[in-house]
Amino acid sequence: MFEYALKGKPRYWIWLGFLATLILIAFYFWNLEHHIGAGRLLGLHRDLTWGLHIGQLAFFVGAAAGAVMIVLPYYFHNYKEFAKITVLAEFFAVGMVLIAMLSVFVVMGQPPRVFYVLLYPTPNSIIFYDLIVLSGYLILNLICGWTVLHAEYKGVKYPAWLKPIIYLAILWGPSIHIVTAFLLQGLPGRDYWLTAIMAPRFLATAFSAGPALLIVLALLAKKLTGFDVGQKAIDTIAKIITYAFIINLLFFGFEVFTAFYSGIEHHKAPIIYLFFGYEGHTEYVGLMWFSMILALIAVVLLVIPSLRRNETTLVLACLAIIASIWIEKGFALMIGGFTPNPFHTVTPYIPTFPEFMIAVGTWAVGFTIVTILWKIAISVYQSKEKGVFIRS
Amino acid sequence: MAISRRDFLKVIGITGVTSAVATIGGVLIGRGEDILKEIKPASKVRWAMAIDTRQFKTDEDFQKVIEACHKAHNVPNIPDPIRQVKWIWVDTFEKAFPTIEHEYISEEIKKRKVLLLCNHCDNPPCVRVCPVKATFRRPDGVVVQDMHRCIGCKFCMAACPYGSRNYNFYPPREFLSQVNPEYPTRTTGVVEKCILCYERLDEGKQPYCVEASEGKMFFGNLNDPDSPVRKAILENIVIVRKPELTTKPMVFYII
Repeated sequence: MFEYALKGKPRYWIWLGFLATLILIAFYFWNLEHHIGAGRLLGLHRDLTWGLHIGQLAFFVGAAAGAVMIVLPYYFHNYKEFAKITVLAEFFAVGMVLIAMLSVFVVMGQPPRVFYVLLYPTPNSIIFYDLIVLSGYLILNLICGWTVLHAEYKGVKYPAWLKPIIYLAILWGPSIHIVTAFLLQGLPGRDYWLTAIMAPRFLATAFSAGPALLIVLALLAKKLTGFDVGQKAIDTIAKIITYAFIINLLFFGFEVFTAFYSGIEHHKAPIIYLFFGYEGHTEYVGLMWFSMILALIAVVLLVIPSLRRNETTLVLACLAIIASIWIEKGFALMIGGFTPNPFHTVTPYIPTFPEFMIAVGTWAVGFTIVTILWKIAISVYQSKEKGVFIRS
Repeated sequence: MAISRRDFLKVIGITGVTSAVATIGGVLIGRGEDILKEIKPASKVRWAMAIDTRQFKTDEDFQKVIEACHKAHNVPNIPDPIRQVKWIWVDTFEKAFPTIEHEYISEEIKKRKVLLLCNHCDNPPCVRVCPVKATFRRPDGVVVQDMHRCIGCKFCMAACPYGSRNYNFYPPREFLSQVNPEYPTRTTGVVEKCILCYERLDEGKQPYCVEASEGKMFFGNLNDPDSPVRKAILENIVIVRKPELTTKPMVFYII
């Protein structure tokens, strides 16, 4: 089955080569950082020690949930329309979890020591659990996706021993968001994070941004390879996204209500900084409102049934959701958590170009894996449809 | 279905063995607890510090204290203000106590300079979050940092509500004019902070800062009613930073 990954049109190799170049650039900057010091390369500082990269952890842990929303209806409710997208969703989750894990790895100041986390297991630290749930989810999805696909390749039903593993993978899914939210929401003095709505919001953003990215990629695959996961499958996923995204916006409203009706100054301060500026600092005001406008556009496009069923407007809505949640969860979440700082002043954080390229490199690793696994899966399905093994 | 003789004996056997093990185990555990009670020290040491902010007046008062600490611990002198490494430093009252600061308190107090350092909290969030036990709390309350264990994840810096932790954003050895061979220098990518001179405490000495303050800082065992720190707390009005977070800071400020 793996031989499908080794045969492909030139555009397949050009794309993989492009991703490899991005990974090399990221590796160069990451390596440089550990020689000359993060202070000379990154935008991080004393008052904001987790920036763009931990933001990527939050966002891509969410993206990985694309799988749960597809795999759960398929296996728990026997929703047959998802038959063709289930394996793709599992492989997608593998790539996304890998990005999340790499995003934590690149934050480490002493990468050679990272296995101390396993050597000196510390159950009171949430990072310990995050490592377990992330690597567990990666392995579970790889096993489930690969075994089901291999059975398909052989023209048989997948083995019975896989069933409990599939169920475990579905139940495991939400844990990666909950634990990642717990990284943030249990810290005293970080008022933007110290809220019980953090974990539910992580789930809601995950169940909207994840499937949205999956739809965009599935429709892209359809355009490139002709492999169609089915109109009904896309329609159902779009409905899931609509509900999850509206719930996310509601959760945000709850947070705003709690902060502003209680009137507690330090609870309000991070939201004021992000949306209106604080003590003359207005670095992210424009970006935050841009995210809000994107969210509103997405809601309008998704709530109106004819627009949701139209492929073009659906893709636009998905892209708006991805961008909106990326700004809010993959970026501003970190800034709001650290600003204002413990002295209630503002030290602005602007990610640098090398910092951004390191993040891009982690994305490239994830998308390389997704590309290869999807190439294999789509080739298997297409050769079955045509009754012959094809080369493309 | 009736229970067969064989099954009945099995149940009896299992029950018997379980209760025997439980009894013996219970006795042993019980004895262990008693032994532990006996060997625990009668008076536990809990190191704490009180800083008399009224006595620190000139810049020189502060500089002497800071230099004593930073020189002894090879703290690099990094010019970049937002990426500095500082174990003990100076800021104004309103920055140090942002939740207490009020517009009508006297200008003198608002702008009064205070010494800031790690609070060696009794309930330290940094210790709770560290994934490799690189930062831990000694039984005497000192929150120490092992720079050789630290993986540089910076979780502790997100957890500390006092901004007392430092990440080595720059290779620290480049910023050392002289090196004290008694204490290790650090490498880039690890977190460090005040360690309350635990090595000196173990020798029966006071921390460098307290020594250099010449009576402006009081140090001692909080559990000892006769210690200088207990007396200072009793006789003066003292506050701690962000008490509402119940991290229980062990650095007290006399106002």
